[in-house]
Amino acid sequence: MSKHLVVAEYAGGSLHGSTLSTITAAQKVGGDVIGLVVGQGVDSIATEMGKYVPNVVIVDDAKLANRLAQPWAQAIAAVAQNKGATHIWHGATTAGKDIMPRVAARLEAGMASDISAVVSENTFKRPMWAGNVIGTVEVTTDTKVVTVRPTEFDRATAGSETNIEKVETAIDDSRMSFVSFDEVKSDRPALTDADVVISGGRGLKGPEGFTNVIEPLADKLGAAIGASRAVCDAGWVPNDWQVGQTGKVVAPNLYFAVGLSGAIQHVAGMKGSKCIVAINKDEEAPIFQVADYGIVADLFDVVPELIEKL
Amino acid sequence: MKFLCTVKRVTDYEAKIRINSDGSDIVTDGVNMIINPFDEIGVEEALRLKEKHGGEVVVLSIGTSDSVQQLRSAMAMGADRGILVKNEGDMDSATVAKIIQKVAEDEQPDMIMMGKQAIDGDSNQAAQMLAEYLGWPQATYAFKVEVEGTDATVVREADGGMETVKVGLPAVITTDLRLNEPRYASLPGIMKAKRKPLAEKTLQELGVTATTRVVMKGLEAPPSKSAGQIVPDVDTLIEKLRNEAKAI
Repeated sequence: MSKHLVVAEYAGGSLHGSTLSTITAAQKVGGDVIGLVVGQGVDSIATEMGKYVPNVVIVDDAKLANRLAQPWAQAIAAVAQNKGATHIWHGATTAGKDIMPRVAARLEAGMASDISAVVSENTFKRPMWAGNVIGTVEVTTDTKVVTVRPTEFDRATAGSETNIEKVETAIDDSRMSFVSFDEVKSDRPALTDADVVISGGRGLKGPEGFTNVIEPLADKLGAAIGASRAVCDAGWVPNDWQVGQTGKVVAPNLYFAVGLSGAIQHVAGMKGSKCIVAINKDEEAPIFQVADYGIVADLFDVVPELIEKL
Repeated sequence: MKFLCTVKRVTDYEAKIRINSDGSDIVTDGVNMIINPFDEIGVEEALRLKEKHGGEVVVLSIGTSDSVQQLRSAMAMGADRGILVKNEGDMDSATVAKIIQKVAEDEQPDMIMMGKQAIDGDSNQAAQMLAEYLGWPQATYAFKVEVEGTDATVVREADGGMETVKVGLPAVITTDLRLNEPRYASLPGIMKAKRKPLAEKTLQELGVTATTRVVMKGLEAPPSKSAGQIVPDVDTLIEKLRNEAKAI
């Protein structure tokens, strides 16, 4: 029977939603699910994780206080061996992508990245070529490492009683050290968690287009703000607003693409959205091919009217 | 300083990707092939660090002799020499990491620069696996790289902000989009690149056996969306969002 180890991701003292989606993916394979919380002083995270899985393992060590790939991979691999895990899971977030290939290398395990579906205990589907192709991959090793695209799986629901166990593993010194984290502060919901996302592109003509057009609409709808790669590259908005193959993958209930042409690489990051609205004055813009509703008009007229009437 | 940079030959990001009739691969006939854009950023960063600190930039590609084109392009940008590890067909990330590991053990670079992911397979695994096999530190998704003595300070694109880490050299670094804007090769650069040394190696010479830990079973097109509708005005849009899509 499969034995799953799901690594918890957390920030600011709370569990990340991507971990709950990852638990759901593991449950689809079937078998025992163990939560793993790595860090220092993480008992409250373990308690939170314990609401979703029947067993939680904590590795608490000063050397793991910062989430650095080298020591974390060592801790995760050690627990996986100790528990006889067949599958080791993490959300396909920046952290999961950074750490998990090292875990796979340590265990000489095959790895499936950023999966969008579980076919069987060793076969998974995953987007490739910027989401233009869905590949079916089989992992042939006994131990499998998997990262999960959080938007493709519902979040696990709380319910179970849990056992929490502390495990000690020897962590080697590494030549990696944490210096600082410069958090992007925002009153808006996180892009990957938001119910509504408003994204802007080059049609906004400059950073003031985001301030004067996109932000008021986002305020009205309590939405997160996204952007095309072109405007991030141009420095109009922060890079972590970027939606697409090379940025964030989002799947909100409602997605507005404003003044955005819909390049393949952008569409790869938002086409899972439940309802897509495109506003663009170029009727040939490819974004209209993925939109549920389109308006062919000047965004500087349409968006203020929309704000007024909503 | 010595830099080892990977240059993977991939389909152009602007190309329309089509799957072949039996779903085993994509169609590459008539498709423009380029250096993986993230790898190109890595070559550029290595060249800039070399301009500052001195040293050598070695570029590495794994594949058929077609990849010579990408190695020559990187040398036209300014890389000093190239290595082609010849191999036909698909490789899993572990095989790629083990090949680069062997080359790194021969070359002894101070820094290995790789793209954060290749834009074809989108796996985002090989660099981190390589760092683990070598027992080196890593700094992925670099936004800024500074070298001082035997350390590199790297600002990383993380979820929710920018993280700064320090890694002791030698280290593996992967590039994110905003690290730099790669230069165009100059005409003299292109001419010079033709005469720069290019070594060829085989897996056998490197002592690497390809693994099949991850096997591609087939490719399919993503589920298509039904065609949407163009609405005439804002009032209609709001009405449809409220009553048809129930999205607001």
